[in-house]
Amino acid sequence: MDFTLWDIVRNLITGLQWTLALSLVAFAGGAAVGLLVMVMRISDHGLPRNLARTWIDLFQGTPLLMQLFLVFFGGALLGHDISPWAAAAIALTLFTSAYLAEIWRGCVEAIPRGQWEASATLALNRYEQLRHVVLPQALRIAIAPTVGFSVQVVKGTAVTSIIGFTELTKTGGMIANATFEPFLVYGLVALGYFLLCYPLSLSARYLERRLHAAA
Amino acid sequence: MPLLRVSALHKYYGDHHILKGIDLTVEQGQVVAIIGRSGSGKSTLLRTLNGLESINDGVIEVDGQYLDAARADLRTLRQTVGMVFQQFNLFPHLSVGENVMLAPQVVKKASRQQALKLAQQVLEKVGLAEKFDAFPDRLSGGQQQRVAIARALAMSPKVLLCDEITSALDPELVNEVLAVVRQLAADGMTLVMVTHEMRFAREVGDKLVFMHQGKVHESGDPKVLFAQPQTVELAQFIGMQQ
Repeated sequence: MDFTLWDIVRNLITGLQWTLALSLVAFAGGAAVGLLVMVMRISDHGLPRNLARTWIDLFQGTPLLMQLFLVFFGGALLGHDISPWAAAAIALTLFTSAYLAEIWRGCVEAIPRGQWEASATLALNRYEQLRHVVLPQALRIAIAPTVGFSVQVVKGTAVTSIIGFTELTKTGGMIANATFEPFLVYGLVALGYFLLCYPLSLSARYLERRLHAAA
Repeated sequence: MPLLRVSALHKYYGDHHILKGIDLTVEQGQVVAIIGRSGSGKSTLLRTLNGLESINDGVIEVDGQYLDAARADLRTLRQTVGMVFQQFNLFPHLSVGENVMLAPQVVKKASRQQALKLAQQVLEKVGLAEKFDAFPDRLSGGQQQRVAIARALAMSPKVLLCDEITSALDPELVNEVLAVVRQLAADGMTLVMVTHEMRFAREVGDKLVFMHQGKVHESGDPKVLFAQPQTVELAQFIGMQQ
């Protein structure tokens, strides 16, 4: 059976779409969980702060691959068969949340103390201070590093091929086995990641420059 | 009954005893100027009055509300006690009008219309009604500080704390801010200010509090104290300033 170049590319594009979908889900989920973890991390109270720190240490201190295995096989062990897609989405969400929480904490802590004090003096509570005064300012400086980190999420999806999720890398592996042209196929796989990541890197750089110029 | 009463107030930073038993009363409508060397505890004292600094012992009583080392309803207290800072601390992402409208809307649940009207009133009072839509970074230091005063006034505080509010200003901008404070005093606002403006303290102040090594070293009528300081420390401090 012969594969034309178009056959290869066509299949890889299907895989690329799954990579993209997984990246988006992981990023959205990671952002939601990460925001919560960040707010806990900067809390006045010890309990939420320590929980958040443990969360961050746990997911930053272990390989993404192990997190993926633990979710995938751990689910099965508990009697819930988890699909590769769900396991991949959950593991990447956890991973992303830990990093985004730390990135955003840095941005929140870059806001001068005076902003907290002035808003406290106006009788705003902690949630209102964050919502109306601190986060809008932190958001500005968070955009560039956040977009920059999204590149790591996209590349991180590649490890999910191991548990059989047919994203770009897994698709590439299957085609390479069938065509005996691993160099061509993996070259195209790499090109696919590059096409996703390079615009993100460029825009992160652009945003950083623009926001610095404005500040 | 005084509007504000501080009794036997103690504050530590670790082992460092910052405030060593402060007693202070402020009557309704009084202008109290707190002076003293840096490190004497004057800013710390001011910041305890609205809970920006916690206290280790003693009681603060403002308009019938109590605050001590164990309990503090800061949300209610801070609606009674406003504050203006040395560094202005305007919210840079909000326009002048929005800076003033934020707390009335968020804390007091004023409607946008009410907040808008209120903001126009208080900005009028500090002479900046025409800057409503400007952003803070477009204003001079003096104008920013006047906006900060308006922002505090929008919460209708019973006491306004001023923490060296002219110290970060270029000399030619000091007077426009002091003029606003002078007008507030004339309108009957109760003011507690930490200041280096001795002349202002003497002319506008009803009471002078000289802090030294964490204690109220001397206090009384500013005109009397400036003319005849009772302690060597105050005499030296006044001499140093002139």
